[in-house]
Amino acid sequence: MMLMKRRDFLKVGAAAGAMSALYGCAGGGKASGHVVVVGGGYGGATIAKYLRMWSEGGVQVTLIERNPTFISCPISNLVIGGSKTMEDITVSYDGLKNRWGVRVIQDEVAAVDAAKKTISLKAGGSMSYDRLVLSPGVDFMWDEIPGLKTAEAQSKILHAWKAGPQTVALRKQLEAMKDGGTYAISIPKAPYRCPPGPYERACLVADYFKKNKPKSKVVILDANEDVVSKKGLFMKAWGDLYKGTLEYRNNAEVKDVDVASNTAILEFDKFKADVLNVIPPHRAGDIAHKSGLKLINNRWVDINWLSMESTSTPGIHVLGDAIFPAPTMPKSGHMANQHGKLAAAAILNQLAGLEPSPTPVVMNTCYSFVDAKNVIHVSSVHQYDAATKTVQPVKGAGGVSAARNELEGKVAIGWAKNIWADMLT
Amino acid sequence: MKIFTTVATVCLLAATSTAQAADPNLARNLAATCANCHGTNGNAVKGSGMDSLAGMEKAKTLQKLADFKSGDKPASIMHQISKGYTDEQLDLIATYFAAQK
Repeated sequence: MMLMKRRDFLKVGAAAGAMSALYGCAGGGKASGHVVVVGGGYGGATIAKYLRMWSEGGVQVTLIERNPTFISCPISNLVIGGSKTMEDITVSYDGLKNRWGVRVIQDEVAAVDAAKKTISLKAGGSMSYDRLVLSPGVDFMWDEIPGLKTAEAQSKILHAWKAGPQTVALRKQLEAMKDGGTYAISIPKAPYRCPPGPYERACLVADYFKKNKPKSKVVILDANEDVVSKKGLFMKAWGDLYKGTLEYRNNAEVKDVDVASNTAILEFDKFKADVLNVIPPHRAGDIAHKSGLKLINNRWVDINWLSMESTSTPGIHVLGDAIFPAPTMPKSGHMANQHGKLAAAAILNQLAGLEPSPTPVVMNTCYSFVDAKNVIHVSSVHQYDAATKTVQPVKGAGGVSAARNELEGKVAIGWAKNIWADMLT
Repeated sequence: MKIFTTVATVCLLAATSTAQAADPNLARNLAATCANCHGTNGNAVKGSGMDSLAGMEKAKTLQKLADFKSGDKPASIMHQISKGYTDEQLDLIATYFAAQK
């Protein structure tokens, strides 16, 4: 691929831009330029669409994504539990391409040159940007689980913490397991992607066992001191629905695995399972982790909450699970979508020569299935606080479901349909 | 250029007359925080079971939100979320959705 000249690319958008060329009181000028977005998940897809929509085509957007389609992590536990299929959680990028005029390139970014404002692609070639958005999700810290370093080990002991082939593979392992077997899921210390997700998965596997393999067991090996999210509601579900099927162990950090015997190695103990599902500790996705941006704990990107811009490297914005979160903020798809909108608004201001909005707001809802139909939620709203320079949870707002219920089971699916459309169509 | 100067002057006046410089797109940005569940610009996916807010009369939206906040209207989640926004923010959000098609 040849080096793309920005002015050539911008010609494409010139006609669209001319349609809304009048300046308003919105600021010094209309936003224009080229934004490159890396990663087409909940954060990246959202910002790609919103930059195009809010600039009325004035800003050119290139989205670089390694997968051919979007596959949702939220709802993927229902595929593992057997009540949904991969097709149900897969959405095409055609809406972004055809309706919103986002240039979608299926590739990976090999390197970022922040000084020259260029990125290079794995398949070859490079391109320049005015603003870069990294929304790479997480990558795993394999050094923390040495036995899982090889590709072969990773194909046997699955994480299924990125939706895709691992989701299908874990479902197959569960289907192949004999009745009377044990499924164990390990949870890393917080912060990790989707705080209630592992507990939801444990519930849905227990639900599948109860209906299809009633002599089988689920064991949660939690590195944390206690249930990290929706504790009361999950514990009630375990007691009411899965007594004798599901066992919870706290302070049970998996330090290593023995792949040959499918055994999790804890600090003072070992646990052999028929299906062993290890979620390793994770950090900001590789491209964000290795591009010289300021990290916190050498894991998460430090960002400015008015713009989602790296605190060390102007012009590079980071979204979603890769960032060091604000107080009580979960790493969730819903929150990544909100980050995308916050950053889209900020970038359009910056490209027009204005400051980002001084009062951003983001909010979150996470729905978790405790069986194929009943759901519990947690919600929160976060408002920018100038004194602490971060978004703070609003006291008295947010909370959890009063009890698990089927109505929210329907709402959770409605949520998925709307957020996928909000990002991609 | 004459038009430019006029526009610039009006903008300057608008900016200086406001005590705190609010972003002119504040309503749009706030309403976008609702779109995850209620659809882009308040157009919920048909058949998803979520309320479309686009084109809803402002007074009606504000009344619903006030009832969620006070607890008068039972809800699964909106009683918790509505409390996270100030009344001024809810007013901007309701105004924005009323203007959407």
